Amino acid sequence: MITFPVLSLIIFLPLLGALLMFCVRGDEKSVTDNVKSIALVTTLVVFALSVYMFTGFDKSSADFQFVEKFDWLPALGSSYKMGVDGISIFFVLLSTLLTPICILASWESIKKRVREYMMAFLLLETMMIGMFCALDFVLFYVFFEGVLLPMFFIIGVWGGERRVYAAFKFFLYTLLGSVLMLLAILLIYHQSGTMDIPTLMQASLPPGIQKWLWLAFMVSFAVKIPMWPVHTWLPDAHVEAPTAGSVILAGILLKMGGYGFLRISLPMLPEASEYFIPLIFSLSVIAVIYTSLVALVQEDIKKLIAYSSVANMGFVTIGIFSVTTQGMQGAMFQMLSHGIVVSALFLCVGVVYDRLHTLEIARYGGLVNNMPRYATVFMIFMLASIGLPGTSGFVGEFLVLIGVYQVSTLVAFLTATGVILGAAYMLYLYKRVVFGELTKADVRAMTDINAREVAIFVPLIALVFWMGIYPSSFINPMAPAIEKVITRYNDANAISIPQGAYP
Amino acid sequence: MEVIAVFSPLLGALIAGLFSKQLGAKGANFVTCAMITLAAVCSLILFKEISLEKVPRTIELFTWISSGALNVSWALRFDQLAAVMVVVVNLISYAVHYYSVDYMRNDDARARFMSYMSLFTFAMLMLVTSDNFVQLFFGWEGVGLMSYLLIGFWNKKESANNAAIKAFVINRIGDFGMVLGIMAVFFVFGTLNYDDVFINVASKKDTVVLFLGHQFNVINLICALLFVGAMGKSAQLGLHTWLSDATECPTPVSALIHAATMVTAGVFMVARMSPLYEYAEPVREFITVLGAMTAFVAATIAMTQFDIKRVIAYSTMSQLGYMFFALGVSAYGAAVFHLFTHAFFKALLFLGAGSVIHAMSGEQDMRKMGGLYRLIPRTYIMMWIGNLALVGVPFFAGYYSKDIILESSYAAHSFVGQFAYWVGIAAAFMTAFYSWRLLFLTFHGKSRVSHHVLENVRESSLDMLAPLYFLAAGAVCAGWWGYDFFVGEYRFDFWGSSLFVLADNDSILHARYVPEWVKLLPTFIGCMGILTAYIFYIKSTSLPEKIAGASGVIYSFLCHKWYFDELYNKIVVVPIFFIGKKLWKIGDEKIIDGIHFSGARVKGIRKK
Repeated sequence: MITFPVLSLIIFLPLLGALLMFCVRGDEKSVTDNVKSIALVTTLVVFALSVYMFTGFDKSSADFQFVEKFDWLPALGSSYKMGVDGISIFFVLLSTLLTPICILASWESIKKRVREYMMAFLLLETMMIGMFCALDFVLFYVFFEGVLLPMFFIIGVWGGERRVYAAFKFFLYTLLGSVLMLLAILLIYHQSGTMDIPTLMQASLPPGIQKWLWLAFMVSFAVKIPMWPVHTWLPDAHVEAPTAGSVILAGILLKMGGYGFLRISLPMLPEASEYFIPLIFSLSVIAVIYTSLVALVQEDIKKLIAYSSVANMGFVTIGIFSVTTQGMQGAMFQMLSHGIVVSALFLCVGVVYDRLHTLEIARYGGLVNNMPRYATVFMIFMLASIGLPGTSGFVGEFLVLIGVYQVSTLVAFLTATGVILGAAYMLYLYKRVVFGELTKADVRAMTDINAREVAIFVPLIALVFWMGIYPSSFINPMAPAIEKVITRYNDANAISIPQGAYP
Repeated sequence: MEVIAVFSPLLGALIAGLFSKQLGAKGANFVTCAMITLAAVCSLILFKEISLEKVPRTIELFTWISSGALNVSWALRFDQLAAVMVVVVNLISYAVHYYSVDYMRNDDARARFMSYMSLFTFAMLMLVTSDNFVQLFFGWEGVGLMSYLLIGFWNKKESANNAAIKAFVINRIGDFGMVLGIMAVFFVFGTLNYDDVFINVASKKDTVVLFLGHQFNVINLICALLFVGAMGKSAQLGLHTWLSDATECPTPVSALIHAATMVTAGVFMVARMSPLYEYAEPVREFITVLGAMTAFVAATIAMTQFDIKRVIAYSTMSQLGYMFFALGVSAYGAAVFHLFTHAFFKALLFLGAGSVIHAMSGEQDMRKMGGLYRLIPRTYIMMWIGNLALVGVPFFAGYYSKDIILESSYAAHSFVGQFAYWVGIAAAFMTAFYSWRLLFLTFHGKSRVSHHVLENVRESSLDMLAPLYFLAAGAVCAGWWGYDFFVGEYRFDFWGSSLFVLADNDSILHARYVPEWVKLLPTFIGCMGILTAYIFYIKSTSLPEKIAGASGVIYSFLCHKWYFDELYNKIVVVPIFFIGKKLWKIGDEKIIDGIHFSGARVKGIRKK
């Protein structure tokens, strides 16, 4: 049993690290070296703590654990309340894993304002973990918004040529969603008189209001995931963001939308959720097919992977709103798997970008000849991304399809076409970048991945296979919490098992 | 024992792949060959225990996916059918491994090559020993991946890369059907384990479900969807275009793909699902017709090709057609029997062709060969044996297996059975023709070999020939040895419960009572085909050109493989890229960004 307030420690240790950096003095070189070390050590300690917390996590319980509560804003019915269940703990782990990897990935590629950069990342980590752990709506909102700022600066300051345009586009889209969410939160408080998320997850709001609330939340989450047609900020943001920014963006930030649907929309607004399922299914199916087609014709590596993200996240929303055991577990699993795989893919892009400073696919070709190790690594993640059995990508996709088939064969059919298109655009990308004759002089001069880069990729590769071959380590702990959401949804909608009820 | 038979190729692949630097090429060769030998020996012992002494078993390794009612494990199911397949896969792979050592000796990446081949074998072994649909799919996609990597092995070549992508994507189209089929199985039966599904088939045979808004009988629906997967993997008409392009790969890989580890997966899958397919009469009728047409179309194309490997590749497709229409008339034993014999002689033919190509310094065009029999006599004899077995000359392997297929389809007493029989006869004629056309063009007649190639023509070393002798022994003996077990009097004992046939559908049984001429006709027609080839390519060598010239349109139609590639390119590939481009440029950039972002175009953030 863990007796100290481990959650708060995990959340605020990065913030402490950031403050520490602020105090570092000396000439520029030593400051740079010191802040890098501080960042790496802090994030690694946080990761170790979160793993330690996971070992003390009761995997058979659906309840929130490690709960900490202090009164905070009694006037608003709000308190400082943190806790994790089988759903959020995995997102915490994902965040704490990816942050040190991001620090490592930025080790040499970030040259200017290193101190500020590292501070932004640590601040970002605090905000992300806080968001996944918050059990109070005010806190949730503060963290949800808090993520936005460091990300905005990471893109806007350390990004590429069109970074300002991309940063503002990202900011405006997400801000639009946030405003609606704030209104919805206030309305919920007005209706129920509490900001406590676990309480609200069991409360029943009037169906009429539910629909409006649902739409307001949906806009906010849909932008984050992103769903079609509010996805166009993502390719721009990715292209301009530095590698580590893309990793966090795709690895964690997109998951905030899926997490929101799981934590808020379904349990708090079950009737409205049921009402809007066709809408979600339609948008998601469009996302899968439309963005896959668009990905096929991209000429920029990062844009292609960004579009593939949208398609992959389409599977997630479909899985969540199938509200079946397999579908929702699949969606959760797909989010975790995607978090690792897409991060690794962006890191792969970062490797070649650091060497050639271009994202244009046509500038590459033949890398297998001078970068064989890199070719292997890239190949593994590409295969995981197209859902090859034995890798993590397969389990999520497969479970989602199994789940949604029980609800609608049409949606399953259309979604499954994404499997074909996914293979096509990824293999086509891989061929153009890695295979072929090595003809270009600047490409020939590129060197294979070094020890630091290997250290980044090895844990991710291990995870991809672990999740693909023995996914039970991940599915079992999340099962009770997901079952709780499903039970709650079915009770509210008085649904017995919907076997074959739909075409 | 079971674990060793399946996992030793994986171990070999991992060692050779991960430590290629430390081991060097020699070490990698040694490790992979040793491991595959071990697997082959184990599989022979298992075959003896399981098939001949009848002790099938299933070994569960550990849980794979467990989600709600869905519960599947990694498992090795060794029943009679799996035992046969494991023997085929391991033996052929064993021969191909040894052959590759010498064949690839000048390639820098041969450690990687050997590693891929072992991994390919492993994927196929997982496929055939699965005891649930998900692991089947694991192997199914696994062989797809490995074929992608091996077809594109020479990854500097643009054509090889394109062929590899084509193979993978077309297979994925098949897998798309397969996945839907698996989902339908889970939806209807609530489980994905073979035994639990097969037990309940009879009770569900009249159930009707909705699929895409239409009513379907569940068994028909499941079988049809699964069959789409088989079409892709086994290159049946419609999803076959990847197979001939796949000859871009190094020749040993072709042998592996065509004989053991890839295209046979579809045949195996349908045989494995015989408890389902038995209750899906309409689907089996469709399979019969499609199989027959595949046999026919592929044979017509094979007659016009000049690339030695493409001829053999189309012959594979044609032979797969035979296997499928055997499945269609419920002659599962006959189909697997043909799979078994075909594995030996097709591997022999491909490795023999590899030996020819090797001698010819890489030339594959038969128009630039001729008169080689004196220069490479051993290879020549091996190719004769392979072709004799393929055509079904009496007492060679193909004679037994192809004839039982044709007799069964005749004996099925259905319209589609009759159709398959006669189309099969026509294809048999063409098979004989193109096989001897290949022999005559390559080995006989005047030499058309260019001068500097001729100087280097040398018989292959014993290292390469020994695997050929081994396979030739199989091509001679597999038929008469296996006949009684696979389709003859001991067949019920031999198969146990691994194949399921409804009593009314037992066409192999009825095949005993067909008229004598039905049995003799295939052999007769085969000899006619050989004779025709003799007239065309030895007697009056101007005849082929005259006929090609006289039948201009038909000839170019066949030459262009019925224009499947051109058609698909026009109606699928080009439009998809076009739509993608439009969605991106107009959908995303004009419409969506136009609407959402026009309001936000304040100064300073205008799009550059």
